[in-house]
Amino acid sequence: MFMVLGVGMFAPAYAQEAAGAAAASSELVKWSIITAGFALAVTASFGAMSQAKGLSVAVEGIARNPSAAGEIRGNLILGLVLIESLVIYVLLISLILFFVKPFGG
Amino acid sequence: MDKLEHELWIVQAVNALFGPAIAAALRPLGRVFPPGAEVIPNYLVMAALIVVAWTVLCLIVRRSLSVEHPGRLQILIEDGIGAVQGMLHDYVGHKGPRYLAIVATMFVFILSGNLMGLIPGLMAPTSNINTTLGCALTVAVYYHIQGVKEQGLGAYLKHFAAPPGAPLFIAPIMLPIEIISHLSRILSLSLRLFGNIFGEELVIVILFSIIPFLVPLPMMFLGIITGTLQAFIFVLLTTIYLGGAVATEHEHHEHSEMVAGEV
Repeated sequence: MFMVLGVGMFAPAYAQEAAGAAAASSELVKWSIITAGFALAVTASFGAMSQAKGLSVAVEGIARNPSAAGEIRGNLILGLVLIESLVIYVLLISLILFFVKPFGG
Repeated sequence: MDKLEHELWIVQAVNALFGPAIAAALRPLGRVFPPGAEVIPNYLVMAALIVVAWTVLCLIVRRSLSVEHPGRLQILIEDGIGAVQGMLHDYVGHKGPRYLAIVATMFVFILSGNLMGLIPGLMAPTSNINTTLGCALTVAVYYHIQGVKEQGLGAYLKHFAAPPGAPLFIAPIMLPIEIISHLSRILSLSLRLFGNIFGEELVIVILFSIIPFLVPLPMMFLGIITGTLQAFIFVLLTTIYLGGAVATEHEHHEHSEMVAGEV
């Protein structure tokens, strides 16, 4: 994480040094934004799919054995959070690409 | 990112009150602030506000504590503490309630920090990476200290190198994996909370900038749910890490027997 933030802080200096290659830089900015959007879309869809799978199995388990509802719920929330945190990491990377602008732009 | 954060009057007031003194105190350490600069960042002001507000609230509740006729607020706080105690008992074992202080404090701080962002004039301190990293580092240092205290330094380090029941020769493989997993716990705890709260605030700000009437309301309602859930998750993971650190081999055995008995 610190490495990513560090790149975010120092990259503009590099970009200014290489002001001659402005055309290549703008191309890079364009692709970084496209990448951020696509990465978030892909992660969100796969995260939603895996969360839905876990949720459906958990609900089925509770329907079969309602007395185990408490434990299943606890494990379900834990699992959903661990899946969700991967999506959150990609969200943070996208936000860094959008707002911190490590590649200039 | 700076344009999205508007100036809060409470931050300005605190900076006007304490800013010059703190700037003067930091000058010998090599931090020089230009005149008029914001010396105390807004997330620190908000965190201090939480501390002050809860201290005042608890002092007020303490004045009217009673066994026969508990007030509403007393019942609410007792229920909350009972819930945290039950969770500690489930995940750490019979020694769990010993760690009530830090876990319940973490829950209260993060919950009020998450929900603060929805009040106009305030911001969520947990939408800043520094606050969440501070919470995660506190938790990490605390559970390592408790683990060493409970098992002794040698046994705790051995727990890293070779898990109970495994042969000793896998230590060179296990040690780096364990160290990386314990470091990544800090990273994941802090980034999860920060990402959730920051993302939610960002969505509200963006919706507000498009249509500043009624449209952000559903997102704010979602924010209440996310904030509560994330506070709960942080505390749940804290108790699980604590349980993993302080559990001795004997208790592992006991616990697995108990689970098998329940099934």
